[in-house]
Amino acid sequence: MSIQNIDNATRRNFIGGVFSASAFVLAADLLPETLWADTSEYLGKAAASALKPSLYLGLEPDGTVYIVTHRSEMGTGIRTTLPLVAADEMEADWSKVKIEQAIGDARYGDQNTDGSKSIRGFFVPFREAGAAARLMLTRAAAAQWKVPESECSAVNHVVTHTPSGKKLGYGELAVAAGKLPVPKASELKLKTRSEWRYIGHTAKDPKAIADLKDITSGKAVFGMDAKVDGMVYASIERPPVMGGKVQTFDDKEALKVKGVSQTVSIPPFTPPYTFQPLGGVAVVANSTWAAFQGRKKLKVEWNNGENASHDSEHYKAELMETAKKPGKVVRNLGDVDAAFSKGKIVEASYYVPLLAHATMEPPVAIASFKNGKVEAWVPTQNPQAVQDTVAKALGIKVEDVTCHVTLLGGGFGRKSKPDYVAEAALISKSVGKPVKVVWTREDDIKFDYYHAVAGMYHKASLDEKGKVTGWLHRSVFPSISSMNDEKSMYGFNVEYGMGLNDMPFDIPNQRAENGPAKAHVRIGWLRSVANIYHVFSGLSFADELAHAAGRDSLEYQLELLGAGKILNLGAQGVGEYWNYGESLDRYPFDTRRLRKVLEIAGEKSGWGKRKPGNGWGMGVAVARSFTSYVASVVEVEVDKTGKIRIPKSYFVVDAGTVVNPERAVSQFEGAGVMGAGIALTGEISLADGRVQQGNFNNYQVPRMHQAPIQTDVHIVESNELPGGIGEPGVPPFIPAFANAVFAATGKRVRELPFSKAKLV
Amino acid sequence: MIKLKVNGRERSFDGDPDMPLLWYLRDELSMTGTKFGCGVGQCGACTVHRNGDAIRSCSTAMKDVAGKTIVTIEGLSPNGDHPLQKAWAQGNVPQCGYCQTGQIMQAAVLLKKIKKPSDKEIEDGMAGNICRCGTYQRIRAAIKTAAKEMA
Repeated sequence: MSIQNIDNATRRNFIGGVFSASAFVLAADLLPETLWADTSEYLGKAAASALKPSLYLGLEPDGTVYIVTHRSEMGTGIRTTLPLVAADEMEADWSKVKIEQAIGDARYGDQNTDGSKSIRGFFVPFREAGAAARLMLTRAAAAQWKVPESECSAVNHVVTHTPSGKKLGYGELAVAAGKLPVPKASELKLKTRSEWRYIGHTAKDPKAIADLKDITSGKAVFGMDAKVDGMVYASIERPPVMGGKVQTFDDKEALKVKGVSQTVSIPPFTPPYTFQPLGGVAVVANSTWAAFQGRKKLKVEWNNGENASHDSEHYKAELMETAKKPGKVVRNLGDVDAAFSKGKIVEASYYVPLLAHATMEPPVAIASFKNGKVEAWVPTQNPQAVQDTVAKALGIKVEDVTCHVTLLGGGFGRKSKPDYVAEAALISKSVGKPVKVVWTREDDIKFDYYHAVAGMYHKASLDEKGKVTGWLHRSVFPSISSMNDEKSMYGFNVEYGMGLNDMPFDIPNQRAENGPAKAHVRIGWLRSVANIYHVFSGLSFADELAHAAGRDSLEYQLELLGAGKILNLGAQGVGEYWNYGESLDRYPFDTRRLRKVLEIAGEKSGWGKRKPGNGWGMGVAVARSFTSYVASVVEVEVDKTGKIRIPKSYFVVDAGTVVNPERAVSQFEGAGVMGAGIALTGEISLADGRVQQGNFNNYQVPRMHQAPIQTDVHIVESNELPGGIGEPGVPPFIPAFANAVFAATGKRVRELPFSKAKLV
Repeated sequence: MIKLKVNGRERSFDGDPDMPLLWYLRDELSMTGTKFGCGVGQCGACTVHRNGDAIRSCSTAMKDVAGKTIVTIEGLSPNGDHPLQKAWAQGNVPQCGYCQTGQIMQAAVLLKKIKKPSDKEIEDGMAGNICRCGTYQRIRAAIKTAAKEMA
């Protein structure tokens, strides 16, 4: 297997090579709204928003349609789903569509496959690309027949002149259509929903996953599988404490290992850590195994630096203490303190530890430095960040870095941070050969960009009817912003807008606060990000309040949501609300949609029909995240030894227009499994600044019997704009699960993971 | 010199006898369908068959496959149409797909040993194979589909 198996659009064949000289290539400049500001925010780059996304779709005279996917495939199905959109609008026959994976190139627009925003950002551009192609083909046929365009229709790869019945295939029209000017967006007539043949129709269709057969037969090329001629392998011994440096090292024994050719020092990062490599010593060899073996023989003395005294137990105590004190106010509505002066007061503290991504494929990258330029083959969520990071690390130009994108063996946010590619590029420059850096599972778990540990404090007041009159939520966590500012002590709007300052309950007096915390490890984003801790505590607390009021939790959550309306968060004490990078005009926050998914979840799950207790229970939670509205019901059984089983879980999802319902369902099934793992066993801890976990024996992720046995996903029919799919399942699942455990056992688990709680 | 048979073909190996089979398959034979996931037999992504039994190739040394018959995902069926592979396609099982070859190799041995496994037998048989994307319920269903076809 070699890189030739990776179907990449390279810069050389960007417009030429993929297509023959006679092909019709659409290179429409399409201008979606500026996407997530994160590229600039996380990379410290201001220019991202000025780029004009272009999208490439081409048709060969033999009828083959090439659609370039510029987003990365890590399991969501996006490599199939985006092309389905363009093919539908083009009225292309899907069997004639070939998918090309884009290299990193700013001309494609945002490529950071993160934040559940591929369809949100590119649904319209891909529709327009397809519609433009259809219109040009129709015009070419009309010109050839010398008939009015309005008498012609394009359906399933054929243009027909309706009055005469004359037909021309798309392939036959390719050359003529290619000579026509690309129509303006205003000329395009997009298909109506009832005309869609692929969008929304994948449920019973085998085209849900383009790479399916390659995956099941072992032919699919992930980053771990890529190979280039003359390549050597490297394994890196990194500083065990974040910010540590190599003091001295002795590689005599390492160099004696058969196959090991040399060692290479990787410099430590210059704070802030950003996407720079951690530093260390690389062992270079002629096989992966020899590199691993050589590395074991390295003797390295470290200067561990100031994080060497960091300890999770003490840090946790600090976070929890800080959460009890007033912090920076990030939402203030009414007068919480006045509300707290009367009625029944309920307080609770919650904790979520650090979490690792643990993608099945550990980080891995091939880089080849030659003549001042780098070519890389990477399982990356963000090939443009690869270009930027490698360019910075080597002091070369961004355009001198070519990043080919392989399939990703999982991403979850880890593979949007290309430290591992910079490592490969630095070593390649040093050894003068292409280098494949392979992370072991231990490397992956010990040197992650961890999901933040968080301590939360909640307080609420209830009136005599059990109605909530005041709600306080304090959250303390080391922020993702520490990536760009090592002195960072507070979060930022992205973290606040994930369940802290956009809490949807209709409570007249509300305050949300963020207390200070310093990062001692690299902090990053993991599937659903700050929603994990904010929605866990918020919706667990809502359940606690329901019980304090003697009410059914689902009914109580509906009551907390109020009658349902479009929230004006600015006027409701929030000020700056990021709304997942979308304008509130296009993507309003509509609590009627939350009510609806919650109500349907009650019906689908048979909520309230069986009395909980004696080791059986159901829990429920609802949340809006990534502009989608999701309710989760989890059913649990807890046996006499405290072992938890999840026989059934339900998701009800209003994600607006869903392009690929089949893959959307699978994302929610998976979100339930990931949520179960975070709740049951997920924990990274440090002692003496070192991560204590290293493999799946002590960083446990769910196995088949620990995952929900059956997850039913109900997708609400909707004509609204598409929302996120990959992440929104995780947030509500975790509190629903915790609430179910409470219903089953009477034990309120406020600290994750459950494995630390005594349930019996 | 270690001699072994891989997917029906005789092979010989004269490198480090302690090297795991996984790296021989991947780096030397370029059979990359067998995946590296954990290196310590915890995740099952590297599952292959040794004389018909499912083993973790990441923690099986070359010296322990001398004279043995190894089957990898590339050799499970001539055209990728083993009943399990077909069931996997029918159920759209994979998400990222990285663990799926190991899952299929494990399931193939499970079905060889138990023609019609119960839910509990599937859970026990597949407990060593992690899927981080969370495709377990589809794996379970696909195993049942394949069992029916093979019956």
